[in-house]
Amino acid sequence: MEKFMLIFHDNAAATAIQPSPEEMQAEMQKWNVWIAGLAAQGKFIGTEGLMPFGKVVRGQESIVTDGPFTEGKEIIGGYAVVNADTLDEAIGLTAGCPILADNGAVEVRPIINFEQFA
Amino acid sequence: MCEPQNSSQLVEHFFRQEAGRMASVLTCWLGFGRLGLAEDIVQDTLMQALHAWPAQGIPDNPRAWLYRVAKNRALDVLRREKQLRHVGDDQLSEFTETDAPDMERLFFDDELNDSQLRMLFACCHPALSAEAQQAMCLKILCGLSVREIAHAFLTAPDTIEKRLYRAKERIRQNNIELAVPAGVSLTSRLNSVLRSVYLLFNEGYASHQPDELIRYDLCAEALRLARLLTEHPRTSVPATYALLALLCFQAARFKARHTSTDDIILLAHQDRSLWDRDLIDRGQYYLNRAATGNQLTDYHLEAAIAACHSMAPTYETTNWPQILHYYDLLLVCKPSPVVALNRAVALARVAGPLQALADVTNLTGLDHSQYYHAVLGDLYAENQQPEPARHHYRRAQQLTFSLAEKTLLERKVASL
Repeated sequence: MEKFMLIFHDNAAATAIQPSPEEMQAEMQKWNVWIAGLAAQGKFIGTEGLMPFGKVVRGQESIVTDGPFTEGKEIIGGYAVVNADTLDEAIGLTAGCPILADNGAVEVRPIINFEQFA
Repeated sequence: MCEPQNSSQLVEHFFRQEAGRMASVLTCWLGFGRLGLAEDIVQDTLMQALHAWPAQGIPDNPRAWLYRVAKNRALDVLRREKQLRHVGDDQLSEFTETDAPDMERLFFDDELNDSQLRMLFACCHPALSAEAQQAMCLKILCGLSVREIAHAFLTAPDTIEKRLYRAKERIRQNNIELAVPAGVSLTSRLNSVLRSVYLLFNEGYASHQPDELIRYDLCAEALRLARLLTEHPRTSVPATYALLALLCFQAARFKARHTSTDDIILLAHQDRSLWDRDLIDRGQYYLNRAATGNQLTDYHLEAAIAACHSMAPTYETTNWPQILHYYDLLLVCKPSPVVALNRAVALARVAGPLQALADVTNLTGLDHSQYYHAVLGDLYAENQQPEPARHHYRRAQQLTFSLAEKTLLERKVASL
């Protein structure tokens, strides 16, 4: 079993519209359902949300700016770490991730298993 | 990183209700002039919960979590303002860190209700038009977004945005205080609050809004505000209990009023087993609480009429003479052609359609009401006069914008 990191990229256009409290509660419910599904399959290791703000430290001069965090002003809303045998399986686990419904994206990256090289 | 707990579900509308509570508390603390800031803090706080809770599980006390975050944000803002003030801007008010303990107190239940009531009185100030009052209540106290309010009032978000902006300006210009009034001004101010809650409920109860969900939401929020008023010693007067009783009785019938395809089901044909018994019992309880003192308001009478309906096992066995009696009294305290029109419906059940027709045809000022023509249609139909009945049903059809009402009237014409 390998570990994969799922990185949630918010869609800037979708996040520009302020959701109402009711819509936020509904959105949270969707995330809970999706994550509970991963956990039920024993694939889930952990997840964290990220604040929509922060600073970027860049280059040898260590210039600190407010962002954008990556090019194109996209914001990473959070990440999850999951278990899967293959990259394809990890990709499959993103099915039902609520961010996809908002035209956001999930980046799936294998986490290097150092024991493998030991 | 931690495992998400198998988080228990949040109560329905939790975010919305807490948004209203937090906005009230923060505004009482920061001052009405910074209502916009308070609303921003609330939005940020809920966004933070949205990002954190799916990962960490819903906290054991979600409300305390929200209030802690909101409080910290407010303090951050104040600290920043204080720093700015050193640069020379003395327009900002003089909040200090020492105000923080007060903030803790503000989030206690009593104070919470108090802040919301103060906000309710500010939002329902007579200097604001009825529609502005409702928009303010829905936005600030009920946590509805501009889009949702626009949807509820069948208008564009821009219109609501402007309405809210003007209302806030008005509140500023008139120096309207965030306070529950006392003494002589209490009665008239409370009347205006009760009226606004009543109208808010009516807006939800009217059948011209095609989306059942948003209509139900308006009624639920009106009920919540009315309940809030019964929880404060200064506002828990008989009229408040009577209004709450009325809203409970009316809300009890909500699920029986439409078919699954949104067709209207009139009182006579409703499946009474669908009426919400719990709400009816609560209505009864509040009506009893309203029966103190010597004040008989129109809310008392309307609640009493609604109570008669809710207790009748069938339409035919309804105590119509009793209802007619209440309408007679109501006509004295609220003389209006609309009340007279409703009275005529009861009169038809007691004395027959001919007598009711005589009354209704004498009413003036209702020619543009679809309900006036629909009642006339019904009375003529009952009196075996299909031609005038058809005429009035057609007139009512032209006057309503509601598809459901048009369909209902079409059915009536077809059955002539």
